[in-house]
Formats: sequence, structure tokens, C-alpha cells
Amino acid sequence: MSLVLENVTKQFGQFTAVDHLSLSIPEREIFGFLGANGAGKTTTFRMILGLLDPTEGTITLDGKRVDYSTSPIIGYLPEERGLYPKLKVKDQIVYLARLRGMQKQDALRELTYWLDRFKVPDYLDKKVEELSKGNQQKIQFLAAVIHKPKLLILDEPFSGLDPVNVELLKQAVMDLKDAGTTIVFSSHRMEHVEEMCEHLCIMQKGRPIVHGSLKEIKRSFGKKNLVIHADFDMSFLGSFRGVTKARQTPEGIQLQITGEEIAEAILKDIVGRGFIRKFVLEEPSLNDIFIEKAGASYE
Amino acid sequence: MNNFFIILFHTYLTKLKTKSFIITTIITGLIIVGVTNIPRIIEFFDKEGEVEKIAVIDNSAQLLDPLQAQLKGINQEIELTAFTDSFEEAEKQVEAGDYTGVLELSMTKEQLPSASYKSMSMADSVVVTDLQAALQQVKTVMASAQLNLTQDQLNQLYEPVPFERSALEENAKTEEELNQARGLVYVMLFIIYFAVIMYASMIATEVATEKSSRVMEILISSVSPIKQMFAKILGVGLLSLTQLAVFLIAGYFSIQQNLESMQGGFFDFFGFTNIPASTIIYGVIFFILGYFLYATLAAFLGSLVSRIEDVQQMITPMTLLVVAGFMIAMFGLGQPEVGFITATSFIPFFTPMIMFLRVGMLNIPFWEVGLSIGLLVATIILLAVFGARVYKGGVLMYGKSNSFKDIKTALQLTKKK
Repeated sequence: MSLVLENVTKQFGQFTAVDHLSLSIPEREIFGFLGANGAGKTTTFRMILGLLDPTEGTITLDGKRVDYSTSPIIGYLPEERGLYPKLKVKDQIVYLARLRGMQKQDALRELTYWLDRFKVPDYLDKKVEELSKGNQQKIQFLAAVIHKPKLLILDEPFSGLDPVNVELLKQAVMDLKDAGTTIVFSSHRMEHVEEMCEHLCIMQKGRPIVHGSLKEIKRSFGKKNLVIHADFDMSFLGSFRGVTKARQTPEGIQLQITGEEIAEAILKDIVGRGFIRKFVLEEPSLNDIFIEKAGASYE
Repeated sequence: MNNFFIILFHTYLTKLKTKSFIITTIITGLIIVGVTNIPRIIEFFDKEGEVEKIAVIDNSAQLLDPLQAQLKGINQEIELTAFTDSFEEAEKQVEAGDYTGVLELSMTKEQLPSASYKSMSMADSVVVTDLQAALQQVKTVMASAQLNLTQDQLNQLYEPVPFERSALEENAKTEEELNQARGLVYVMLFIIYFAVIMYASMIATEVATEKSSRVMEILISSVSPIKQMFAKILGVGLLSLTQLAVFLIAGYFSIQQNLESMQGGFFDFFGFTNIPASTIIYGVIFFILGYFLYATLAAFLGSLVSRIEDVQQMITPMTLLVVAGFMIAMFGLGQPEVGFITATSFIPFFTPMIMFLRVGMLNIPFWEVGLSIGLLVATIILLAVFGARVYKGGVLMYGKSNSFKDIKTALQLTKKK
């Protein structure tokens, strides 16, 4: 299932939440959809799900418009978690699965499979309010994937989970991708995005400011990180030609430079000043890119 | 199964299984059985034969026997005992609990009876009233004897005036019918009133619960909010009918059981013995329409709040509307024909109660009922269309939201442009 957004705009009165957004999300992929708070992510998700109608533009799934007839092939994990606190896990998952067009028996079978996989088989008859927050999260995730959706929207799926459970859920997401699900994924944890997504988009004030494949984005960012560990004073490197940022660390210095040739020049300069324990040229992290691009809106 | 029915039955079955619902139903059912058994209950406690013993000091020595004879016809459970000791001694025995009270009888100058009665408290009015009534009859007999009236003359004096009332209007209800209708309408008004308040607030709470627990976002990504709203309204409606059915069955069997013991009593007065079919049919129609009107209103009001705590505040104006309708209807029970009642019976928010009152008590032309029902249905449809749009946007709004300004914001959310 490939998801295509064409020139999508959403206005609430005078306020423009999403501004001419065009995206194409290929099949069998995890697409990272990033942005600072209030950048229009949730509004975009709600439009993809058909909860809101776009003011302009179209959203299509394999060429078909999204509406309630497509709901059985869509799964949604909202950022604000929501389950019936007083209902048993079994009752509510079966209810939600049936609303997505599943038969009761199939839903129960899938539920047992997923509870076993998440190592919590005894939750079947527990009320949601009795579970810890992290475990509620697993149930919430389960509600989004139980009907084997072709398009899965995950809004902050890993927030509030311990590292073990993050791994568990991450593996589940990867498996779903391999099984052919198109996944749109939003997170504030850049390392998760870097690890899982091939393509991504960073939103700012309703507009995509960065869009493309992860490799390309990093390459076109034009800046690299240089980490140097040495015993002598390197503070003078902050004003070196081609250095855009410098940060002292306990063991040395971390620099942001505009290209490889700058690293070469720096190396030539510092050789002979003392012992250099580490000299590494790194690709910029997504975190750096995000802060630089999306952070601009705060300035 | 269609999503609509999945939600409908989910709402119905989940609510049906809640403890609070089961307990409320059982308690109310018991109260109904209790109320319909009141004559039996009273009888049961009276079986012990609690005879009220009264000490009588007869100063005239000729009043006790006729009084006893008269009292037999009024209340057999009062036993009069001649007391020969002093009044003070009798008072002491009353205080000791041997007697309920002490009655002192004497003759006035006109040779007519007079009495004074003392008991521990004034609470038991039945004994005093019956004693007084019996003594009044004794006095009447004695006075007429003094006037040398014959029994015929006496009968003539006490014969009630023949007074016949009839209405000129054709099919107008007789006085007796009107009294019966009043009782029935009264009971049904109460049912409509309580059902509307209870189930409408149940719907508003339900919607607010789904919203505040944020399960709403998942629900409406599977099913359209409008479908979801009406499935919920029907689900709770089904629940209300179930509860009513339980009450009616309990009441019906309980009355059947006691039918002999309550002939001509309390239930005759309330018009339960021969209920006109049309009143019942109109009752059901107005119950259902009233439910839909207020349920739709409640659902869309509920969609505007984000916290359950705000629900009551939000639906207060609606509750006041129901209360106002009920108050007007209560006033109308006494004077169903005044212009004010006629006018208010056409206001859709009051129609379920006030028009029902008018149909139940008067003979009004069918077009009037038809018009009011038409207006009511039109209002329900309007409210449903408008409410559904507010609902669709309202369920997506979070934050501080408990003012009617939010209706505008909610509508804006559903707009395309």
C-alpha cells in the first residue's frame, strides 16, 4: 500500500495547521514523520485517517481515497493513549478489532499470539486500569496491529517504555514492515528514527522543511561532526575556518565543520602540538539536523 | 456484523453488565413490588390485632353504651373500657402503658354529650378522629330525639343532594374518568421525567468517558462519529427499555397477585384498573420521542467536554429544561385546559410531557397531537444533524472546554473550508 498526499492543506479558521504538504510513502517502508510540537503532525495523521477533511488537496491509498471503507486496512496508535479503563483487555481488543472488520474468533486468536509474544499472556482477563503504564502501551500497540493493517500509523510508539520493551516493540514494527505493512512513524527519539526509517520528513509550521531519504538528507546537510580527544588546549579551534560549532567535552572537543577538507586542515594544524588519542570524522546525527532545522522556529 | 450494530450491542451489553445498573434495577424493582403490595404490608402488620384500649370515665352514666354501639361501625379495633376510679388514676395507667388514652364523657346543660381526651402524644390521629366521629353520631341521635324528629325526617335531613355533572362536549371524560386519567398521567409523567434525566446524563457521561480516556480517537478512526453517536443513543435506549420492561413486568405481576385486596382502593384512584389503550400508546410514543430528543442533545453536549467532571455542568441547562417541562406538567394536572398549557404543549422540548398530559386528560383533536409530534420529530432531526456535526468536531477537541463557545469551534473543525 503506498500512501500519497498531494498538496494537502488544512486550515482552522485563520490558522493554517498544514500547508501544501506533498508526500509519497512507498510500500513496505517505515516513513519517519518528524517535527517539533505543534508542527502539524497529529493534524496530518488525522487527515490520513479521515477524521478531518483537508481544506485542499487529496490523500490516496493505492489511488483510492481514504474513508471509512478503508478503515479495516488501517491501524492507528494515537499519541494520547486511550483504552477503556474499566474493560478487560480481552473485551476491548476484541471490540476494537471487530470494529476494524475482524471476526471475534480471529481476534481472540491474534490476541493470544500477541500477548504471548509480548510475554504477558496472563493479561487477557485483566482490566486495563490494573496494568502499569508501559504494559498499557503494549495493549495499545496491540489494538493498532491486531487486524493486520496494510497502513500503520504510529504516533510516538515508544514513549514511556523501558529499553527492554522498546526492543520488543521495535522488533514487532520491523517484522510488520517485512510482512508488507507501510508504516508512518513519528517520534522525538531521533536514534529510533535513524535506526528504523529509510525515508523521512521534518515538519515545521505545517510545511516539510526536510524531506527525502536518510542518506541523502545527511549528505545534503553539508556538515559533519569532528571529535578530537587530546591533552592540549584546543579552544582555538572554535574560531578555525569552516568550523560552525564547537563544544568542549571532558576529554577534548566536538566540532561541527562544513566539509572533509576542514578536517584535513585541522589535523595538519594540531599534529605536533601534543598527543592525539582520538580523531574521528562522523556523519551528522539526525538529532543535529533536527535541532538545526526545526530549532530555527524557536529563534 | 455492521459496525453500527457492534457498537450498539457493545454499549448495551457492557452497560447491562455493570454493577450499578443491576443494583439500581433490583432496588427499583423491589420498591415497585413494595408499593403495589402496600395494602398487604399494612394488613400484615395489623394482623397482630393491636387493639387500642381506651379508659372511659362516664360521668353521665348513659353515654358509654351508645358510643360503643356507634364505634363498632367505624373502627372495631378500639376497645372502650369503663373506668370507675378517679381521672388521675386513669392518667397514671395511661402513663404506665395499660391504656392508649383516657376519655371523659359528660353531659352539657342542653343534655348533649361533651368529652375530653388525654393520651401520651397527639400522634395517633386515627383513634381521636374515630372517637370524635362516633360521639358526633351519638350527639345527632340524642339531639334529634330531643327535637322529636322521626326517623323519616332524619333521613330526609341527611340525604345528599342529587347533583349530576355532565360535559356538553362529545366524548368528554367524565369526572371519574378524569380522576383515573390524572393518576395514570401522573405516574407516566414521572417515568418520562426520570428516564429522560437518567438516560440522557448516562449518554453524556458515556461520551465524555470515551473522550477523556482517549479511546474515542481509535473508535472514530474505525467508525464515523455520527454512526457511533447514534449507535450509542440506540444502545442506551435499548437499555432503558430493558429496565422499563423489568419494572413493568414486576409491577404487573405484583398487581395481579393483589388484585382482590385492592379493589376500590388506592389503585382504583390511580386509574390502574381500566387503562385506556390510547393513553398507553401515546405514553410510549412520547417516551421514545422525548428520549431521542434529549439523548441527542446530551450526546452532543457530552462531546464538548474533555473531563468527566465537567459533564454535569455542561448538561445542567438541559436538565433545567426537563425540570421546567415537568413543573409545567404538574401544574397542568390540575388545570389541563388553560391556554398556557396548550401553548407550551407545542414547544418541542416540553411536548413529550405536556402534550402527553393533554392527550391523557382531555379529548383533543388529532391534528393537534399530530402537529406537536411533527414538530417534535422535526426538532429531533434538526438536532441530530446539527448535533452530529458538533459531535464530529467536539470529540477531537481537548483542553479547557466547557462553554458554549466550543460549539462554534467544533463546527469549524468539521468544515471543509
